[in-house]
Formats: sequence, structure tokens, C-alpha cells
Amino acid sequence: MKDWPLYEIFIRSKNGLSHKHVGSLHAADAEMAIENARDVYTRRMEGVSIWVVDSREITASNPAEQDALFDPAESKIYRHPTFYDVPEEVRHM
Amino acid sequence: MQTLDQELHFQSRIDNEEKIEPRDWMPEAYRHTLVRQISQHAHSEVVGMLPEGNWITRAPSLKRKLALLAKVQDEAGHGLYLYAACETLGVERADLIDQLLSGKAKYSSIFNYPTLTWADMGAIGWLVDGAAIMNQVPLCRCSYGPYARAMVRVCKEESFHQRQGYEILLTLCRGTAVQKEMAQDALNRWWWPSLMMFGPNDSDSEHSEQSMKWKIKRISNDDLRQKFVDITVPQAEYLGLTVPDKDLKYNEETGHYEFGKINWDEFWQVVKGHGPCNRERMEARIKAHEDGAWVREAAMAYSEKQKSKNQKVA
Ligand SMILES: [Fe+2]
Ligand SMILES: [Fe+2]
Repeated sequence: MKDWPLYEIFIRSKNGLSHKHVGSLHAADAEMAIENARDVYTRRMEGVSIWVVDSREITASNPAEQDALFDPAESKIYRHPTFYDVPEEVRHM
Repeated sequence: MQTLDQELHFQSRIDNEEKIEPRDWMPEAYRHTLVRQISQHAHSEVVGMLPEGNWITRAPSLKRKLALLAKVQDEAGHGLYLYAACETLGVERADLIDQLLSGKAKYSSIFNYPTLTWADMGAIGWLVDGAAIMNQVPLCRCSYGPYARAMVRVCKEESFHQRQGYEILLTLCRGTAVQKEMAQDALNRWWWPSLMMFGPNDSDSEHSEQSMKWKIKRISNDDLRQKFVDITVPQAEYLGLTVPDKDLKYNEETGHYEFGKINWDEFWQVVKGHGPCNRERMEARIKAHEDGAWVREAAMAYSEKQKSKNQKVA
């Protein structure tokens, strides 16, 4: 093996928000990935919690199949609130 | 034929300001250009730690030492963000490092100049990081998503670098005559190499046009350089220092400074490896890499041992 395994790093910037992908780094194991992520991605208090995921464990959708995957949603406008007419007089909806 | 269609489609996505993400189709030349540019950028951040590292143990106060340490640590982080962005294009970190250490890959030639006095820490922060910021801000809008995101992180951290450098010079300029002379000497040595950081004139820049079309590059070398001069000259005046260029003058009509001819022979000499510190920088990088080899191996061996232990328990 030439490089240590690659880990994807996710950081929760403050409680109440989801973890967000911030980048990746190499580490010998997950614990080291957390320690390195702390040094690399949170030197200015950018986070309160870190997730690390071995990059090989991620299954991604294929961008070439983007149309097949996401087009069906395009015609389903009834999933959005603006599809339904509610008279102006009705408040708080 | 299919590739031609794909290329047209790709260009129209770029023209529409869409971002390109790692698994999207892209022309091989786009991928190549990015790998070259991002890895060169990463190498520059890493080699760029050496000239400043030279002064950490000799900083004149604890405050200055803390600031310099933090700055150099930031540069290591910048290198890492950039290597990671580059790896999304399907290259391996180890290969990129090999290219640097074998001399196949370039890094910014500014880091091949020596740091002779403490005032150089001021001049580097102010001018070198200042020029880097000028280059990097437009890269935050680069068409390749991972590179653009890395640049956003980098730019957030850079402004402290420039300000701490300017403060060092301001302190020296308000000090004794000898201290002020030291500041002037640093400006004399760093001014022209800083202007060279923006690269060759537009007319001689081989990759510029295609990079602009792909929106990897947004502003031309000469435009960025002009912007830098316009912003920096008044800052030098505030310090009470003289920019070492007898042709420098403000043009009332254009609202820009006109400046003298850059010594491109010197630039190419340094790029080709004949600068004052090229050898020293490479030797330092190679030594660091080789000395660290056992640590990398030991960490991996430890992690594998832990894994097999855990498996036995389970
Ligand atoms: Fe940097
Ligand atoms: Fe910097």
C-alpha cells in the first residue's frame, strides 16, 4: 500500500445542525483520522463533532444516470406546498 | 464523435456556471490541467513552510512565535486540502509527492529565495501571502467543485497571514533606524519576486487561454499583477518604505500605477532550478519524507495489529 487509507470527514459546526462533508484525509485508522481531522479542519473552532468514514465504504449514485434517478421527481410537483390553492383569507398555513 | 458531443455539452455546462464534480464526465485535458495546477499549488504550500520555518526558533517574542507557528501550521493544512482536492481527480497522493521529490513537478519559485532577517517574515506575510490571496480569491469560483471549496477554506485563513506580516513591518518601521533599514532591505529583496508570483505576461502564458475558457482561471496574470501593485504601493507608503522601482508612478488618467520591467530571465532561471535555494528546499523535503517513512509504516502496522486483535476478540 502506497498511501494510508483515505477517510471522508464530516463536521457538525454546532449542535442543532447536521454533519457536513468538509473534505478528506489519509490516516492509518479511524482514530487517527479523527485526530488529524481535528488538527486540519477545526483549528478555529469550526466544529463540535467529527465523523470519519473510510472512503471505500461510500456508495455513490452515478452522475451519468442523474436523469433516470432524479427526473421522476421533476414531474411530481404535487409534492410541493405551492401546488395547492388555499384562499388568502385562510391564515397560518 | 461521441467525445465531441460530450465536449460541447461539457463546455456549455461551464458556460452556464455549473460546477464540475469528481465523477462527472470531463475532457482528459481538463483533468490534466487541474491535476498539474492543483498539485503545483499543494507543493507550493508545503515547500512554502520552509523559508518561514527558518525563523520560528528565533522569533523576537512569544507573541510573534505563536503567530508564526500558527501561520506555518495553516500552510501545512492548505497543502493537505489541495492534495485531497487533487486526489478526487483519480491520482494518488504518493505519486504526487514522488513528482515533487524527483523534481518533475514545480512549485512557486518565490520559495526559492532565502529568509535572511526577521524582517523577511514581515515581507513574506505582507507581500507573498498578499499576492497569494490575490491569486486565490478568484479560484474560489473555479469551475471544479473540490478545488473551489478548498480555496474557500484557504482564503478564510489567509487574511491573518497577511496582517501579521504587515504588523511585523509596521513595528520595525516605527522602531530604530537600524530596524527600519532592515524592513527596507526586506522590501527591496521581496518586491520583484512577489510580482513574478503572478506568472509570465499574458502574451507569453502558455496555458492561460484554455484555462480561462474552462473557468479554472478567471482573471489574467497581468490584470492580477496590476491589481496587486495598485493595492500594495499605498501600503508601502504608509510604512514609510520605498518600493524598489524607479519607474513606478501613478497615472492620474487610468487610476493605476505604472511599474518597471520585470526581470523574466531571473524568473525562468529560478523556475529551472537555479534560484538561490532550490537545492536546499528539495533536500529539506526529501529528508523530511525519508525520515518520516518509519513513522508511516509503524502507524499502519499498529493499526493492522489492532484490527486483527479485535477480530480475535469478536
Ligand atoms: Fe497558504
Ligand atoms: Fe498563507
